Amino acid sequence: MATQYEQSPAPSKVGFSLSRRSLLAGMVGAAGVAAVPALAACGSDDNGGGGASGGTQNKTVTFGSNYSDQVPKDAIAAVFKDFTAKDGIEVKVNTVDHNTFQEQINNYLQGAADDVFTWFAGYRMQFFASQGLASEISDVWAKVGGDYSEALKAASTGADGKQYFVPFYYYPWAVFYRKSVFAANGWTAPKTLAELKTLGAAMKAKGLEPIAFADKDGWPAMGTFDILNMRINGYDFHVNLMAGKESWEDAKVKEVFKTWADLLPLHQAGSLGRTWQEAAQSLGQKKTGMYLLGAFVGQQFKGADYEDLDFFAFPEINPEFGTDSIDAPIDGFMMSKSPKNRAGGVKLLEYMASAAAQEKYLANDPNNIAASSKASDAKYNALQKKSAELIGASKHIAQFLDRDTRPDFASTVMIPALQDFIKNPKDIDGLTKSIENQKKSIFAG
Amino acid sequence: MAHETHAETLPPAATEPGGARTGAPRPRRVQRLSRGDKVVVSVMVVIPTLLVIGLVWLPALATVALSFTRWQGIGGLDTIEWIGTKNYTDVFTIYPPFKPAIQHNVIWLLVLFFVATPFGMYLAVLVDKELKGSRFYQTAFYLPVVLSLALIGFIWQLIYSRDQGLLNAALGTKVDWYGDPKVSLWAVLVATAWRHAGYIMLLYLAGLKGVDPTLREAAAVDGATGRQAFFKVVFPVMRPINIIILVVTVIESLRAFDLVWVVNKGRNGLELISALVTANVVGEASRIGFGSALATIMLLFSSVFIVIYLRVVMREDS
Repeated sequence: MATQYEQSPAPSKVGFSLSRRSLLAGMVGAAGVAAVPALAACGSDDNGGGGASGGTQNKTVTFGSNYSDQVPKDAIAAVFKDFTAKDGIEVKVNTVDHNTFQEQINNYLQGAADDVFTWFAGYRMQFFASQGLASEISDVWAKVGGDYSEALKAASTGADGKQYFVPFYYYPWAVFYRKSVFAANGWTAPKTLAELKTLGAAMKAKGLEPIAFADKDGWPAMGTFDILNMRINGYDFHVNLMAGKESWEDAKVKEVFKTWADLLPLHQAGSLGRTWQEAAQSLGQKKTGMYLLGAFVGQQFKGADYEDLDFFAFPEINPEFGTDSIDAPIDGFMMSKSPKNRAGGVKLLEYMASAAAQEKYLANDPNNIAASSKASDAKYNALQKKSAELIGASKHIAQFLDRDTRPDFASTVMIPALQDFIKNPKDIDGLTKSIENQKKSIFAG
Repeated sequence: MAHETHAETLPPAATEPGGARTGAPRPRRVQRLSRGDKVVVSVMVVIPTLLVIGLVWLPALATVALSFTRWQGIGGLDTIEWIGTKNYTDVFTIYPPFKPAIQHNVIWLLVLFFVATPFGMYLAVLVDKELKGSRFYQTAFYLPVVLSLALIGFIWQLIYSRDQGLLNAALGTKVDWYGDPKVSLWAVLVATAWRHAGYIMLLYLAGLKGVDPTLREAAAVDGATGRQAFFKVVFPVMRPINIIILVVTVIESLRAFDLVWVVNKGRNGLELISALVTANVVGEASRIGFGSALATIMLLFSSVFIVIYLRVVMREDS
């Protein structure tokens, strides 16, 4: 016996004083009022109203940062505090999650990019510079160029010969281990591939998984590929391969994969479900013996465990090349294409290039080494000193696979390919054929 | 009763005394719209239409057009390079993640359709019985739907992690739930079903509450058991809701993206077409042309199901 209305009753008939029309008009009006400040924010300048004097503008520099983990974030904030005290310019930091920052870089640089932003050296920098998405900063280099080695200058130069990048710090990729574990078992750092395999067998006998390994995020395995390629085939071949000038079906590349397949039994099982943080923790828990990773592995170690950490360079495989090459990615800063405060940005970049700024940063995040040759290593801990020696002793420095080659090739082809290899290390011919076909398709453009 | 309602629906004019009107109400119910009203109505129609055209149709057509190009997404439209069907050839011949992605999308649809949705419907029937604590159960089952994706990724990471996860610790196994491509899809499907069942439960519960109780009473009087009453009486009556549930299931399975992306960006056993599109288009890779080709294939794939659904519905209506 439910009452059926043939049409909805008028609001007044059910005790509601407002009519439908006035309610709707009220909602539209309220939405309009709420939208006005949002629209005004879209149009107005970040540095205050349009006609205001240039004074306020010159006092702030915006900084796009991917230093999202707590340790680097605090460290860079300390550096900026010093900069503001020295130059009187405030730095407005816009922090984005580390991986998200890289993923959004295209939209970021084409849209409202900050004046100065964090980025990486190598092809990854040249790629965006050649698209016209960054400002060339030869004026900064004119002032600070003398503080950097030739290799660093080369890594900061775009394809047109001008500089686009200011290096801040870098760190080596090496094989990390715990001194106490090695001492307790009488092990020493291996110098050749054969010694590495023997050491691995000894570790297995003691119940340790010899080489920690994690590739859930896809990029860590590139470190292993890089170092094996540079050891077996040399730096020049590696760089040409990254640039798409060599074929992936070359016997040299297959040799790299064969060597890796040979070493895979020594690597931790289940790597595709493990993050590098978990693998580093397994090293700390003495479940694994060694870990090939960048120096940032130190972030996962605290106190006495950190003191126990040490590393050795990946052993020699081909005597022709010895251990002359290394992956030592350089992190630094670039200036966006149309900064609102170019003068302030230039001052900030000059300051970040200074030894004082880099030393201040490393005092709070001691897992890297300063890029400036003027930076003093007095405050370096043992690992940093060793890193500086290792990089200094290397003839050639590579930037890591995803910074040395085209970003679309690295992320859409190499990541799945290396994961396929780890799952199925027997089909090397099929794998290299697939990579080569995709490479031809991508590099053709 | 009927007289009262009829009187209330008469236009006021017809009941006003003093008007020279006869007994029957005037048929002219729709007043001519004033100019102001016309403007308001057209604005209310035109703006959403423009939004739909501009934000849905134009990008879709642009995607199909861009699938025949090679473009980095940087620079003006003059940097677009037309390469014909090469992107499609590449997708079908040299792109390893594509075949697994199609397989996984089909598996996703089958699992949601045959497992998650019936389970959600079953939960709705149970909750509808209004047992003690049914409000609590309702909230508990629906909670996964409202949780943010980051939280869901975090929760399941805690459960599924190989070295530090709850499941491996409880079962004493060392299964690599996320890393082993043979099990990862099923692990993620469990997480999806957990969410999807809650969603379906709520939709179905709303429908069940709207079923006329006299039908159930009549079935009980006729001596039907609970089961018979549901399948023979309630289920056929809920036809409109059933169709909605079906559509929602198909859409959710074709749209599946979030969980897979949060776990490992759709790689290594968790490939889905939507994740492949995102990996190629969004982000540093910026293979706009190639990603658009994948998106167009996804569009065609979805169209197959939509056409089937429309044919079923149209045929039943006629």
